[in-house]
Amino acid sequence: MEIITYTSEHHTFRKRLRVFLENEVTPHVDQWEADHIVPKTVWQKMGAGGFLCPSVSKEYGGIGGDYRYAVIVAEEMSRTRCTGLAASLHSDVVVPYLDSFGALEQKRKYLPGCVSGDIVTAVAMTEPDAGSDVAGMKTTAVEAGDEVIINGSKTFISNGVICDLLIIAARDPGIASKHHAVSLYLVEAGTPGFEKGRQLEKMGWHSQDTAELFFNDCRIPKGNRLGENGSGFIMLMQKLQQERLTCVLGAVPAAEMILEWTVDSCRKLLRNGKPLIRSQAIQFALVEMMTEVKLGRTFMEKLVMDHIEGQNIVIETSMAKYWTTEMVNRIADRSLEIVGEVGTLESCPIVRAKRDVRVMSIFAGTNEIMKGIAAKFMGM
Amino acid sequence: MFELTRSQKEIQKAAQEFARGEFDKEVTVDLEKSHTYPTEIWKKAVELGFIGIQFAEKYGGGGLGILDACLVAETLCRKDSTMGSALSLASFGAECLHRFGDEKLRGSFLPRVTEGEILTGIGLFETERGDDFSVLDTTAVRSGEEWVVNGKKRYVINGGTAGFYIVLCRTGETCDENNGTSMILVEAGRTGIGCIPLGDKLALNSVAIADLTFDQVRVPMSNLLGKEGKGIAQARAFLDEVKILAAARAVGIAAGAFDRALAYVKQREQFDRKLAQFQITRHKIADMATKVELARLITYRAASDFDTGKPDPAMSAMAKMAAARMAVEVSDEAIQLFGGYGYMTEQEVERYYREAKTIELCLGTRESQKDRIADIVIGKLK
Repeated sequence: MEIITYTSEHHTFRKRLRVFLENEVTPHVDQWEADHIVPKTVWQKMGAGGFLCPSVSKEYGGIGGDYRYAVIVAEEMSRTRCTGLAASLHSDVVVPYLDSFGALEQKRKYLPGCVSGDIVTAVAMTEPDAGSDVAGMKTTAVEAGDEVIINGSKTFISNGVICDLLIIAARDPGIASKHHAVSLYLVEAGTPGFEKGRQLEKMGWHSQDTAELFFNDCRIPKGNRLGENGSGFIMLMQKLQQERLTCVLGAVPAAEMILEWTVDSCRKLLRNGKPLIRSQAIQFALVEMMTEVKLGRTFMEKLVMDHIEGQNIVIETSMAKYWTTEMVNRIADRSLEIVGEVGTLESCPIVRAKRDVRVMSIFAGTNEIMKGIAAKFMGM
Repeated sequence: MFELTRSQKEIQKAAQEFARGEFDKEVTVDLEKSHTYPTEIWKKAVELGFIGIQFAEKYGGGGLGILDACLVAETLCRKDSTMGSALSLASFGAECLHRFGDEKLRGSFLPRVTEGEILTGIGLFETERGDDFSVLDTTAVRSGEEWVVNGKKRYVINGGTAGFYIVLCRTGETCDENNGTSMILVEAGRTGIGCIPLGDKLALNSVAIADLTFDQVRVPMSNLLGKEGKGIAQARAFLDEVKILAAARAVGIAAGAFDRALAYVKQREQFDRKLAQFQITRHKIADMATKVELARLITYRAASDFDTGKPDPAMSAMAKMAAARMAVEVSDEAIQLFGGYGYMTEQEVERYYREAKTIELCLGTRESQKDRIADIVIGKLK
């Protein structure tokens, strides 16, 4: 039985996307990894193809699609091995803030560009001293007349270099309560006082422009606040379920890809004159890994359907985010060891995959935070 | 063997001081990027006697044992996993020459290793996966007073940068553990040697690792290393020895990642508390400390057995398997404790992880260590 059921529109979308990615993305990924950036033009091409922000309604250029489209994009993107083109982050994590909480004017101004790829977005929560402890953020936003003045710094911001529009969380220094002081603001790239810092060098995600961002008396119009003053945390909390589920959509297909390469390698690689796949120990290891991946797939699809139905699955998505991102790392780690010495070379696809998936158990809330949330929401 | 001797403690201290004075994170990162061997630091390590410390004094070595070499490797890797590994691998393969070479061969080549004139390499395997003696197509054929070597060896450490290579060749009709294969020492300057670089690697880019091709390469008869016909047996004995050194590097890498994570959790505050005040963090630290200590114990045990004339191939394989696994787990946990910073190159622990992983993948994976251990532990069935 299929858990996620797709309509013919979904199938058509997937087919078109796959062809697009095979032509416009996959052949360039190695170059982008070496360049440590993805060209802006590919975002625009992806937008022109109708593959960005499928959840945005038709009046702003989207297709008003459900979360199944997010699954399709995540799955097809994982086949390209491209992490720099963070379409899921843009479409399913950042833009939904604007789409759900933006005022009509804000949506009219920015959503069409988000859909077309002319506007690439990023969200800035993490700070040098506030990682897991989001509420500990120090960046301030002070309202002064018709303007808001932002000061502080953010770090580990994906799309940090390429972004045209940033959603930033900042606190009002006049409000003592950590949770009532935070608001979200829209800041356009190029605004005086908003400076993009250096691109950070990482273990993986080399084509992804993770960066530090600095705000030094950055003045934005008051109209750029997203939602009510002080409602930043409520908005963040409302969107975290989808953000975590989107992480799961990255982890499970990645694990499936890695295992596919590994099984394939085990058929080809010989040890003591016979293919690895004929070794009992290797067979058991592969079966164990396939079992884990299937468990992950089943959990993921169930949660996708629950999410589409509008259920509150904060506990389950926290569990799934932690479990699937650890699972994909176990799979990559074990797969490398199975293929042996060839797994020390970057030419082996599992090597980059391992470097790339390692961040999954850290970003969007570390897995320790996920377990803490699950425990808390279960009343422990 | 629960206490190091005074001399061993002094060696540890000397290695610590050397590493503190010479290793520099920025330099390491640059060398890794440019795929350049740390030649200057290697020469200094030579001056202090760290290279070939386990070789006999008459060849310029330190006249000490594998345990001493392990202490150096561990200490250097702990301070910088890349530099430590690069220095420990400077004489990779020379262990074979020291153990099996005749007086003349040792006398002509080992001093060049201990004096820092040349790096060394060894070519054993020919399959893509590595670690497989069943495929051995490289041949050495007698022609007058020379051997003529033809074939290809994979994943040769210091391939292209070494002064000589020890090459496992087929020299007889039948080919098994004790017949038909021999080791031949081939100087890098001989005509007919080709080098195929393997591109970027998961880790340790400052150490060249390449495939080597031999096309009608002629070397003197006297370059036969050890006994004719005993190539594979010698290679296994060599691996049993260097697995202990690999385990020591793994211990150092694990300890280095642990040191960094420990310092970080004692300093980093989140939710108005030090990370080290959270029970989960404390238990992670406890697990990591336990793993480092376990890996160290089995490694020293294997080394000590070797030095006291009771080399145990099973213990070597266990040490390599256990220490590499623990190093992977400890360095991985270190990344997690650092959070986002752990994923950044700047904090080093991700590099420690990659180097730990490389040790796990080389000199035989978990499966081949288990095959070796099971062979010995189970023995011949009736």
